[in-house]
Parts: sequence; C-alpha cells; structure tokens
Amino acid sequence: MIAAAFRRWESMLAVALVVAFASFSAISPYFLSVDTLSDATFNFTERALVALPLALLIIAGEIDISVAGIIALASVVMGLAAEQGANTMSLALLGLATGLAAGCVNGALVTLGRVPSIVATIGTMTLFRGIAYAVLGDRVLKNYPASFASFGQGYLAGAVSIELALFIGCAVVFGLLLHGTRWGRAIYAVGANPVATRFSGIAVERYRFALFALTGLASGLAAVLLTSRLGSTRPSIAQGWELEIISIVILGGVSVWGGKGSILGVVLAALVFGLVTFGLGLMNVPGIVMSIFTGALLILVVAVPALVRRR
Amino acid sequence: MSRYATPAWFEVARRDLRMALLTVILLIVVTLAYPGFAAPRNLAAVLDDTAILIMLALGQMLVILVRGVDLSVAANLALCGMLAALFNRAWPQAGVWPVLSLALAAGASLGAINGLLVWKLRLPPIVVTLGTMSVYRGVIYPLSRGAWVNENEMSPGFIEFTRAQFLGLSTLSWLALLSAVMFILGMRHTRGARNLYAAGGNPEAAAYSGIDAGRMQFVAYVISGAIAGICGYLWVARFAVAYTDIALGFELQVIAACLVGGVAITGGAGSALGVVLGCLFLGIVRSSLPLVGISVFWQMFINGVVILVAVLLGARQRRVTRAILEVPPA
Repeated sequence: MIAAAFRRWESMLAVALVVAFASFSAISPYFLSVDTLSDATFNFTERALVALPLALLIIAGEIDISVAGIIALASVVMGLAAEQGANTMSLALLGLATGLAAGCVNGALVTLGRVPSIVATIGTMTLFRGIAYAVLGDRVLKNYPASFASFGQGYLAGAVSIELALFIGCAVVFGLLLHGTRWGRAIYAVGANPVATRFSGIAVERYRFALFALTGLASGLAAVLLTSRLGSTRPSIAQGWELEIISIVILGGVSVWGGKGSILGVVLAALVFGLVTFGLGLMNVPGIVMSIFTGALLILVVAVPALVRRR
Repeated sequence: MSRYATPAWFEVARRDLRMALLTVILLIVVTLAYPGFAAPRNLAAVLDDTAILIMLALGQMLVILVRGVDLSVAANLALCGMLAALFNRAWPQAGVWPVLSLALAAGASLGAINGLLVWKLRLPPIVVTLGTMSVYRGVIYPLSRGAWVNENEMSPGFIEFTRAQFLGLSTLSWLALLSAVMFILGMRHTRGARNLYAAGGNPEAAAYSGIDAGRMQFVAYVISGAIAGICGYLWVARFAVAYTDIALGFELQVIAACLVGGVAITGGAGSALGVVLGCLFLGIVRSSLPLVGISVFWQMFINGVVILVAVLLGARQRRVTRAILEVPPA
C-alpha cells in the first residue's frame, strides 16, 4: 500500500505542495497575494534551472557537486569583464561560455581522465571557487551596467518574471528531451546499466560528457541571473547551493543509484523547496537554521524509500 | 585487477617512498629560497599548524578505505568545538578531561549517525554526509544563539592544554605524532585494520570471509567522527574562539590530504604513512605561501589543483573505475 503510493512519488510531492501552500496561507495573511507568490519564485528559479540538467546527470549515474563553484567562477568572470566596460549582452554570453567551459572540464575529467565524478567534481568545486577567491580576495565587483539588472529583476508579463519564464521554458524542453526522445531513453539506459548500453552501440562517454557540459551551461545561466539579481559578485556567491540543488533533484524522486526519475518530479520538488524556504523566511527563520532543514530533508528523502524497501 | 599483479605492500611502499621524496624535495626547495624555513623552531610551527589536519585525515582515510567519504568532518568539528567551549564556559573549573570526553563522545555520536545511515539503510555516503554536514553546521547556530565564545570566556587551562610545550613541541603536535604512530602501526598489524582493507577492497569477498562490510563502514565513520570531535576542542582551544563558521570548508583540505597521500577513492588501498606525508606536504606548501608572497586567498585554488592532480595520477595508475553511486548488492 505505502510502497504503491511511493511508486507515484510525484503525487506525494503534489500533496506536499498543497499542504505547504495551505499552511503558509493560514499562518501568514500576506502569503496569498500575486506579488508575494511572484517574489517567492525567485527563491528557487535559479537553483531549479541547474537542477534540471543535474537530474539528467544523476539519472545517467553521475553527479556534479561543482555547480555552485561554477556559478561563482562565471560570476567573477562577468564581474571582471564588467570592470573593463563590457556591455550587457557580452556579459551574459561570457557567463554562459564560462559555465559551458567549466562543464566541459568536468566532462573531460570524467570521460577522458577516467576519474570518478564525485572526486572529479569535489576537485573542480574547490578549484573553481578557489579561482574566485584567488582573483577577488575580499573585493566585491559591482560595476555592472544598469541594463544588466533586467535578467534577474525584470518581468516578462505581469507577475511572471524573466527567471520564471526561463525556468518554465527549460522545464518543458528538458521534459520533452528526457521523456520524448531517443536521447532521453539513452540517458536512462546509461544510468541503469552502462556496460549493456555500450554493447548496444550507444556512445556512453559522449552522453556523459554532453550532460556535464549541459550542467555547466545551466550553472552559467544561473550565474547570469543571480549576479544580475544581486548586482554584485563576491567569491562566496551561491555558497552551499550544491547541497540545495542536489536536494531538489533527489527530492524530485530521482534515484541516487541512477536510471530513475522524471522532470515533473524535479519541477514539483523545486516548487516545494521554494515554497517551504520562502515560508520559513516569512517566519523569520535565519538562513543557517534553514540549512538544518535542507540537510535533514535531503537525508529523509533518500532514507524513506530505503526504509520502505527494507520492509 | 591490475593492482594485484604486484604485491600490494610493494605498490604501497613505492607510493609512500615517492611521497616522502616529494615532501623532502619540497622542503629543500623552500629552504634554499628561504634559509630560515628549516630551522627547528619553524618546523615545529609547521607541525603545529598541520597537526589537526593530520588527525582528521587519518580518520577520513578509514572512511575512504571502506568506499565512503565523510564530508561532515569539518561541521562535526565545529559543532563539537562549540559544545566544548560552551561546556567550559558553564563549568570552567571542570578542567580539560571532561571537555575532552564530551568532545569525543559528541563527535563519535555524530559519526555514528553517518555510519548508521550508510550501514543500515545503505544510503550513498556522499548524500548522507552532504546532508549531515549541513545539519551539524546549522545546529551550532541555535546552540550558541548565534554568538561567539571568545578567549575571555575560556578558562586558562582550556586554552593552555593545546599550547603547552614538551621537548620543543606543542601538545597538539604530540597528539598528531601519537595518532600517526598508532595508525601506522595499527593499520599494518591489527586484525581490525585487515578487515577494513578487505571490506573496502572487495566487499563481496569480505562477506564470504565473515567480514560485515557495512559494519566496518560504521566503525570507520564512528572513529572519523570521534577524531573530529576531539579536534573540535583542539581547534577552538588553539584559536581561542568558537563560532558557527569555524573550519568552514576544511573537509576539502582533509580529503585533499588523503588523496595526495595515495588513498584510492575507490577504496581498499592506502597507507597511514602516505596520509601523514600528504598532510605534511600540504602543510609545507601552506606555510611557505606567505613567504613567496602569495595571499591566503590562493589556498583554496591550490587545494583544488592538488586534488585534481592527485586523482588524475591515481586514475592513471588504476584502470578499474568504480561508479560513485555504486549499486548496493540487492
């Protein structure tokens, strides 16, 4: 019975979403307004944009914990270019390119270097953020052109921010990619059994490389949005986000053993995550205390299916 | 597997010898450039700076040997350090031993939480310790109400314990040397260590020899946690301050030291001597940075380079790769 319900992890998430929604509107009178809800989306859109490709990567049996390091690196590159007077468009492109390049480094380490992805990305996480600290030290970069703010602060139509629109667009594209194409089937196959997949003529390493590159690119995009929203770059930018992004993916029902998961689950998990952290924020819970919640959630989400499996 | 082609001890001895040579060469190069570096007093200071890293890395080695990783060590250290500081503030007359016992017990319990989740629920170590890292660090804030515990709130005995000198070395250095000797001898000559290597090298084969690999993982996490707990007190006493963010990100340096020291991230291979040498190597690099005029902000970058070089070389030596999120035996 319980096991059957867990098989539809997404329905559990939907229930959690409704419960969170109802309890926060009961607790805070300000919660149920279009403006508040629109504000709340900023709590997860940037992280969720990275969670989408990371979900594919984890389904394919790999992991990338350098995503927050990539965000810091890309942000520093943009900040330095902005100091040299680069315009808004080239700043955004530079951020994306940095992310893509960093993702390719990860991909090369795992496929060509044959380093297990966990160690490779622990290394690059340290390296990327290390570069950010080495270059910036205790400086802050904030000479961004005024129009640069539009990415992270602008609205597409009404209360729909550019960030939210980007997230919805990407979610649809990733959903179609994973669930509707040959490539998506191959990603599941790579995660479920890489050896059998290679024997069926699928270039496993090429998929792995591409997914690392894609995750890097998305981290670059998140860097553009976050930097634009904050208007400044410190080397500690997006500190600890790897934990939150991985939590969203795993909360979304993606199996840490690879081969299982859906984009719908990840999207719902991002909504739950965003809503709960926003609600806790409304209740004046400090960020460091929220990290207790995030960490416990991450463990709980992997532990519950394991407990059910043991029965 | 190719690493069984030559006797395992020979491989390990060769790697340790290479690491020792590398460390000595580094020491010579730095001394040639800055003659004062090899002065006994300076070397004692380097050892004092590296002592906590050595102890934590030896604990981490056990965890990596059984195919795990403990990302929560620095958070565990910070939490136990805060507990020790708060205990000392509340009962300043109690002396050092109750503080040490408390730190040890708290650290071991936090390690046991990791160990139980990995052993009993077979959860991936990376996910478990990423989660507990965040929880342990977060708990410090409500525990301390966000405030710092400063030097003037610590009893003199609490601070003096780590700094007391004996034969030219601090208590901290002696503790590190003692752990190094215990681990080097223990990893070679005890049955527990043999079982640990077996459980990490080939869990299925170990099971047929009556070794419970999951239980060995549990033991490794408890020991790593206990060491982190004690180091929490030592850290807080040495720097005479406790707050939420102490040792933030230090777990990466600990892992870097293990990888540099030749511990295979795939488990089952690595030596305590190698790890100690790896720590000393990193310690010498770190102490010589200010001499060369490189800012401390480069430390993290250098750690990253060191980790990547070490794992790339390691991956080249062993053809066998293991998925990070290994499928547990059903």
